[in-house]
Amino acid sequence: MLIEIAKGDFTAALRQYKKTVPFPGIISRICDQPCQDVCKRAEAGDAIAIRNLERACVDIGESSSEKSRPLPKRGGKIAVIGGGVSGLTAAYDLARKGYAVTIIEADSRLGGSLWKVDRDFLPAKTIEDDVNAVIKLGVVIRLNTPINQELHDLRRDFNAIYVAIGAHTVERFDLDQDEYGFVKVDAVTFATSMDGVFAGGGLRWGKEMHSAITSISEGRRAAISIDRYLQKVSLTASRINEGTYPSCLYTNMQGIEPHPVIDANDHQQGYEWNEAIQEAKRCLQCECMECVKACEYLKQFERYPKRYVREIYNNLSIVKGTRHANTFINSCSLCGLCGEICPEHLDMASVNLTARREMVEQNRMPPSAFDFALRDMQFSNSDKFELARNRPGTDMSDTVFFPGCQLSASSPDHVESVYAYLNNHLTDSRVGLMLGCCGAPANWAGQSALFESTLAAWRTQLQAMGNPKVILPCSSCYQVFKNHMPGVEIVSLWEIYDQCGLPAFAGTVEPANCAIAIHDPCTTRYETSIQDSVRRIVQRMGYQIEELPLSRERTECCSYGGLMWLSNRELAHKVIQRRVAASQADYVTYCAMCRDFFASHGKRALHLLDLIYNRDTPGVSEIPGASAQTTDERAARRGPGYSQRHENRARLKRKLLKTIWGEEMDGAQAYESIRLIIADEVRVKLEQRLILTEDIQRVIEYAERTGRRLLNQGTGHTLAYFKPTSVTYWVEYLRQADGFAIYNAYSHRMEVPGSGQLS
Amino acid sequence: MTEQQPAEPPPWMCANCNLPLGLSKVDVGYLGNAFPVDLLKCPNCGLVFIPEDLALGKMADVEKQLEDK
Repeated sequence: MLIEIAKGDFTAALRQYKKTVPFPGIISRICDQPCQDVCKRAEAGDAIAIRNLERACVDIGESSSEKSRPLPKRGGKIAVIGGGVSGLTAAYDLARKGYAVTIIEADSRLGGSLWKVDRDFLPAKTIEDDVNAVIKLGVVIRLNTPINQELHDLRRDFNAIYVAIGAHTVERFDLDQDEYGFVKVDAVTFATSMDGVFAGGGLRWGKEMHSAITSISEGRRAAISIDRYLQKVSLTASRINEGTYPSCLYTNMQGIEPHPVIDANDHQQGYEWNEAIQEAKRCLQCECMECVKACEYLKQFERYPKRYVREIYNNLSIVKGTRHANTFINSCSLCGLCGEICPEHLDMASVNLTARREMVEQNRMPPSAFDFALRDMQFSNSDKFELARNRPGTDMSDTVFFPGCQLSASSPDHVESVYAYLNNHLTDSRVGLMLGCCGAPANWAGQSALFESTLAAWRTQLQAMGNPKVILPCSSCYQVFKNHMPGVEIVSLWEIYDQCGLPAFAGTVEPANCAIAIHDPCTTRYETSIQDSVRRIVQRMGYQIEELPLSRERTECCSYGGLMWLSNRELAHKVIQRRVAASQADYVTYCAMCRDFFASHGKRALHLLDLIYNRDTPGVSEIPGASAQTTDERAARRGPGYSQRHENRARLKRKLLKTIWGEEMDGAQAYESIRLIIADEVRVKLEQRLILTEDIQRVIEYAERTGRRLLNQGTGHTLAYFKPTSVTYWVEYLRQADGFAIYNAYSHRMEVPGSGQLS
Repeated sequence: MTEQQPAEPPPWMCANCNLPLGLSKVDVGYLGNAFPVDLLKCPNCGLVFIPEDLALGKMADVEKQLEDK
């Protein structure tokens, strides 16, 4: 209503007002404004002059002439005893619902204590106009009719009774009273001790606590009870938040300029229109939106969690029709920032994760949403990468290094360096190695069964190694182990460096840039100890730390979390841009994906291991896995593409097996030997289309083996298609002496005949 | 789903059968739904041709619609 007044549209404001209150003329003049006691504006100026604004609506706004359509008649006769505001409200509401209502008034006119208000303030005509609205609804009025019988007897003529005789009478009828002599009334339903008899308004409070608006509210709520009583449904179900209640709505008052209340030039006449507009503009339009302000994802879909939760619920309930909230549910990074920020700790991460699991359960999860990541996980846990070994010469491990899938994909050199460090520093511990994916992508994708079986496999593996303590550099792995593998002892790699000391060479080179900003991965949100260790490590190496505005428990996700990067790539792009814009300084982080995503948007970013294994340091090139890149080059480097990430993992396994355990890997698949020649611009296209080198190799292997190919007579190029699992890949290529030149590739999920196996 | 084939058919032929492709009704399916679509196809071995713009345009749109049904 105040938005409309602020716009100067008093007619729209009046329409809104009338929807809420039964007697606009009366209420806008006599309301005792109890809401002013809690008005947030009072903290920066004065409470909103709500009654004056309501009166301005009534005085200035044009009342629409449309008549409310009478509802079909309902069976049930109701007596309202007392024609004051409370009784009139109940009569008005019940008559509008179609009941036959009779008001029995002891006085010679309706209005009760309204007639005691100063006439200049509440003119007789205002009372009469509003009261006439009740009469027009067909309510029977019996004036000068004091009740001279027990309610018990009156009940025989009526199906229900509302007693609203006001504060000025001592009549209690044959109803139970409390110790102070007031009629005993249920605080929610307004039921009295007699079946079908309800009571409210001034009689409950006496003269001392008279509040017209409370009397009206009680009349309305009693009418709800009477309606339910006559329909024989529960009087008490779903009645929370009727009347006044403390709201959990939080309003951020930061930066709100104080403004005093606008005084009406003529108090008797109330606000002029321009005065009303000025006063309405003071309204803060209280809304929380704290999480929406902090989260690009919640902002993107243009609503707020209360609406989102309802939409998710509806989405899960749809039997037939389009599930519009699928994209919303699958786009969340599950990072938990909203839950941390929310004054009520409403966490969309748990809502969305539950919804994803439910969608998988219902067989309603769009296959394209997370398929690529799940196949990546499958690769990591296949023979290509998965590995578990005790240290050579031992048959048990006390600790085991589990670098996870993405550090191995992004910086396989660091994995070698760290494993060597652990073996050198944890001298009294037999340090084993485990390569693979912890299962986080399956968890994020809502694939509970796959997640559970992945965890079970790791549990079995750990058991076979003698239940070693697991050393984890990746905080996503850390959360998986911590929350889903109780009984497995874990420690963050960063705590080890903090406690056992850095390699001797770390920090011996003068840092090129003094200040460096730390980005905490979102999966460390509540891991204060890990965050502290990281800061101590960075300081020990001589860097000054710049704290980002949102860090530690308020850190932001890089878009890898929850697989947002895959399910909503456009949003992920915005999320990364927002995060990299938080500071000009180079970022240092301790998650390989955070680093690579920031770097993909041109941000100079380092993994903490890039700092520790600073290649600028003399002698570092001697350590296992050493790469030739300087720290400066590493900060600017783009992460490897998706195919290269597979390749890096596979190579890492092959190399470690050979150098540490002296083992060779078993033979490769036929397609892996197919040599591809791919120009840079084609490679970029393949990355965007999530087509891997191995997908292309499979198509070519199939086409060349079976001869099922198309030929372009103009260019001489071959086009072939093949569906290894769920996606059909098309590759345009040309066989050359030294391999296959790739010109184009694209894919689809719809199934067409002739796509090879498993169609 | 219908697809307008370009007036000039692309110069692809079936390398296996050494035959030009011809327009023909082909059943394409997804998530338990199937549609007959006019596609270029080898009259002998049935190998089909899905052009890039069809795969990344209309086909992708229909996939999304079916996934959200």
